[in-house]
Amino acid sequence: MIEKALTGNRSYFGWLALLALVAANGVYFYGQQLTYGLGITGMSRDISWGVYIAQFTFMVGVAASAVMLVLPYYIHNYKAFGKIVVLGEFLAVAAVSMCMMFIMVDMGKPMRFLNVMLYPSPHSILFWDATVLNVYLFLNLLCGWVALESEKKGTPPPKWLKPFIYLSIPWAFSIHTVTAFLYAGLPGRHLWLTAIMAPRFLASAFAAGPALLILLALLLRRVAKFDAGDEAIQKLATIVTYGVIANFFFIGLEFFTAYYSGIPSHQHNLDYLFFVLEGHGNLVPFLWTSVVLGFAGMGGLLWPGLRKNERILGLICGAIFISLWIDKGIGLVIGGFIPNPLEEITEYYITWPEFSITLGIWAIGAMILTLLYKIALSVKKAQ
Amino acid sequence: MSIDRRDFLKKLGLGSMVSLGGFGFLKKMGGPEEAIASGATLETADPNKVRWGMVIEMGKCQEGCTDCISVCHLTHNVPDHGNKKDEIKWIWKTGYKHLFTNEAHQYAQDGLPDKPFLTLCNHCDNPPCTRVCPTEATFARPDGIVQMDFHRCIGCRFCMAGCPYGSRSFNWRDPRPNLKEINPNFPTRERGVVEKCNFCTERIDKGERPACVEACKEGVLTFGNLNDPNSEIRQLLAEKRTNQRKPELGTKPSVFYIV
Repeated sequence: MIEKALTGNRSYFGWLALLALVAANGVYFYGQQLTYGLGITGMSRDISWGVYIAQFTFMVGVAASAVMLVLPYYIHNYKAFGKIVVLGEFLAVAAVSMCMMFIMVDMGKPMRFLNVMLYPSPHSILFWDATVLNVYLFLNLLCGWVALESEKKGTPPPKWLKPFIYLSIPWAFSIHTVTAFLYAGLPGRHLWLTAIMAPRFLASAFAAGPALLILLALLLRRVAKFDAGDEAIQKLATIVTYGVIANFFFIGLEFFTAYYSGIPSHQHNLDYLFFVLEGHGNLVPFLWTSVVLGFAGMGGLLWPGLRKNERILGLICGAIFISLWIDKGIGLVIGGFIPNPLEEITEYYITWPEFSITLGIWAIGAMILTLLYKIALSVKKAQ
Repeated sequence: MSIDRRDFLKKLGLGSMVSLGGFGFLKKMGGPEEAIASGATLETADPNKVRWGMVIEMGKCQEGCTDCISVCHLTHNVPDHGNKKDEIKWIWKTGYKHLFTNEAHQYAQDGLPDKPFLTLCNHCDNPPCTRVCPTEATFARPDGIVQMDFHRCIGCRFCMAGCPYGSRSFNWRDPRPNLKEINPNFPTRERGVVEKCNFCTERIDKGERPACVEACKEGVLTFGNLNDPNSEIRQLLAEKRTNQRKPELGTKPSVFYIV
């Protein structure tokens, strides 16, 4: 089936060329980072994780959201998702690949990455995260690819695939739960040390991921003449609605506990992110943008009939995706380091090389997604 | 394979179960006559084993003196990059309020909150940094010293996020160009690995005291075996009122302060 990715019209290759250019820029700066070290980024002794790990965390959520198509289709036999379930699985493949790239570029000694498997340390959540992510990548590639191949031959998917599909459902929850455990088990990091970190991660994932899928479906209607179907899109919008409400509910709970209890250490990070902490508040405009976009999106979804308009639905999903990206892809990780464990404040400024590398990985992810979608849609159209 | 239950639980990161006496928590607990053991006691109290610790008497520490800091950084080839972003430090001074974040109240003794206090790795008995390390590059030795293997560290910096004391530094760039002198008896590092105070394992394994302890003319630092009731450090601990940093986190630091 791979050959389907090698043919296409001019805009298909133009798009790939553009992505390759952005990726090449990232690769160039990654070369510099390898030579000089991670000092080329804005990270420091106090802010020891930056946008790389934040993007990783966000993309794990996007990857996990494939389950929102797989579960209704395979467990509840919800037929409307039949056409797009493979799009969800391939989105997961692209997203997990991005996660792995973000981890690799964040490592000080990337050539030693095999140490994680050579010296397995079950007490480290990172060991488990690496394990579950690799298995999840394999599961989605397998389930998506084999089902697509059967579709090409006009036969139902082979029986042996079923256990893998069923396994991929709890596995999707596991990847984001384990990723939340990276944070939620650290003593002395007050923003992260919360039992609702995993549910919060899942809620934001099940809003951001399906919102992205809606945007992709709307885009594919225009650029690839592929119709995902109104019913499927509207059902996804319902999932986004529940996800985004749950997400803001959980954020509200964090605010209640921090501010009603009055415990200063519980408030510091939120002060830094949403108000100003001792004169420092670089991220305040971002976080309020996130709140405004998120609530606007939520309002749009709840307003009767508004989301039936395809254009407006696109805007709503864009707003929600950006909102949740700011919250998790910037605020959560960087905000967790401010103030530091000594209650000193160091701020974080992303550098151009760091930005280029980040953008490059997004471009490579988009490239993987484009190639996989091209294959999937070519197979579907040939039917 | 000789792995006892204690090691097994530790391996799984369930160290707290060990301190609760295995599944002893299933026994009757509480009743007003019993109290929950606080995080302050050290677990390995076996008198036949060495358990290194340090007491810092801040009353004796001279303001402006940095003898212990310079000796440590010289001994261990710690570079001075000249900026805060790339900073690497094993032992340093910062205000009391930064070390004891819950204790600097608004009516504190004049000048105390901002008084410079010495800080270094606490060599915790229940260290979160070794728990989160995915490669065992940082690990606790049987004598309680939390050690780094610079050759195994992958530079993921999970230990830096895990340390609640900010004791760890990362080599954001090649440290060698910014070393004024190189001590050939201690390895220099490459870029991309984490480092921190090692309680001078290279010296104490030869029977010497840590470099900072030796360098201090005022006798601020007392280093010794916490498992030996007759050691100088234990006598000091028995006599004076001492504090640990953030005992509520259950990390059980081996560094104690006399404020």
